[in-house]
Amino acid sequence: MDKREIKSIIEALLFTWGDPLSLEDIASIIEIDKNKVKEIIDSMIDEFNYQRRGIQIIQMNNKYQLSTRPEHYDWIKKLCSPKKNKSLSNAALETLSIIAYKQPITKAEIESIRGVKCDKALSTIIEKNLVKEVGRLEKTGRPILYGTTDEFLKYFGLKSLNDLPQIDKLSDHENNTA
Amino acid sequence: MKYNVILETFEGPFDLLYHLIEKEEVDIYDIPIAKIADQYIEYIEQMKDLDLDITSEFLVMASHLLEIKSKMLLPKKEPEGEQLELEEVDPRQDLINKLIEYKKYKEAASKLKSKEKVHSKVFFKPQEELDNFLEKDEPVLEGVKLWDLIDAFNKVISKNKKNGKKVNIKEIKRDEITIEESIENLKSIMKRKRKVKFSELFNNNMSISTIVVTFLSILELIKNKFIIVIQKKNFDEIIIKINKT
Repeated sequence: MDKREIKSIIEALLFTWGDPLSLEDIASIIEIDKNKVKEIIDSMIDEFNYQRRGIQIIQMNNKYQLSTRPEHYDWIKKLCSPKKNKSLSNAALETLSIIAYKQPITKAEIESIRGVKCDKALSTIIEKNLVKEVGRLEKTGRPILYGTTDEFLKYFGLKSLNDLPQIDKLSDHENNTA
Repeated sequence: MKYNVILETFEGPFDLLYHLIEKEEVDIYDIPIAKIADQYIEYIEQMKDLDLDITSEFLVMASHLLEIKSKMLLPKKEPEGEQLELEEVDPRQDLINKLIEYKKYKEAASKLKSKEKVHSKVFFKPQEELDNFLEKDEPVLEGVKLWDLIDAFNKVISKNKKNGKKVNIKEIKRDEITIEESIENLKSIMKRKRKVKFSELFNNNMSISTIVVTFLSILELIKNKFIIVIQKKNFDEIIIKINKT
């Protein structure tokens, strides 16, 4: 199979599947090495962008999915009147960002950073499948540990957690009391 | 004329404190604690006037601020001699650390918010209808008639009998009457007759389960004070009366 054919097959797979499709699945379907597939998809992403195609391939961890481009929103809007997805509240966003940067983390730790209870915010983002339980802390009470999901990456258009916006490293003052 | 001013809402004490520090343009590492504490408390007072819920977290922070303020007023111990000055632990330090930590995530949250805004404008395609391509399990019972099942059942039974095993098959009957239904029945009987003999409520044709259910409903109605039960003397007929209250 030449590269062009592989690309075309991958595009067809992504189209059919609709949901995020993992690199492993794609590789086992077309019986090509995973790294090779990744290389090909990466170049497809570039081509899609370069040719200003209406469809883009988005990546979250090692999963891929087709989507429209945000800049076409206003045109698509004319086609139908999309339901306005309610964006997250500030409380939910703060809670989510703490989890994203400090995961796995317990609720008590989140609350100590925010200075307020966050049951409601937490349940909202769990309901939206942005955050999930990732285990238990092996300490008294075995509190639940929370972490972000692939859906979280998709929601914010991040390829992986490394893609999170940089936040300032802890300053020197932080260590004074240590 | 009375009018309400809408204040910014804050996510919590840190959010409010941070807002005050920004507003005053003071150095976060060197917070003028007295000033900020006063403003903080003033704000809480305003919240009270506006009938906003002040959660306990805001109050805890207020007392914490006052504690720091009073600590700062205490004279510092002079370091003895000419030794290297040991750095006094600033009573504000703990608060400052927490504020800085909070600030980090607050900023991250706002960055995420802008990403959310862009990315909520993206559409995804639902998965293709793949059911038609999935291998279907053949229906197991196709062409099987009811009598086939009975034959098969009989075969199993006779086989077991031959082997000398005891076969114990019981029929599970649906409840003839539920407690709820029975209670309703009883209620309507009682409303009609006002007074009945206990024995009148039962007859010989009743199955055991119906008798039990009827008895349970009598108990329930006694508990609910819908009826009262009277027995004049031992072994006398029990009389059931509707409760007047």
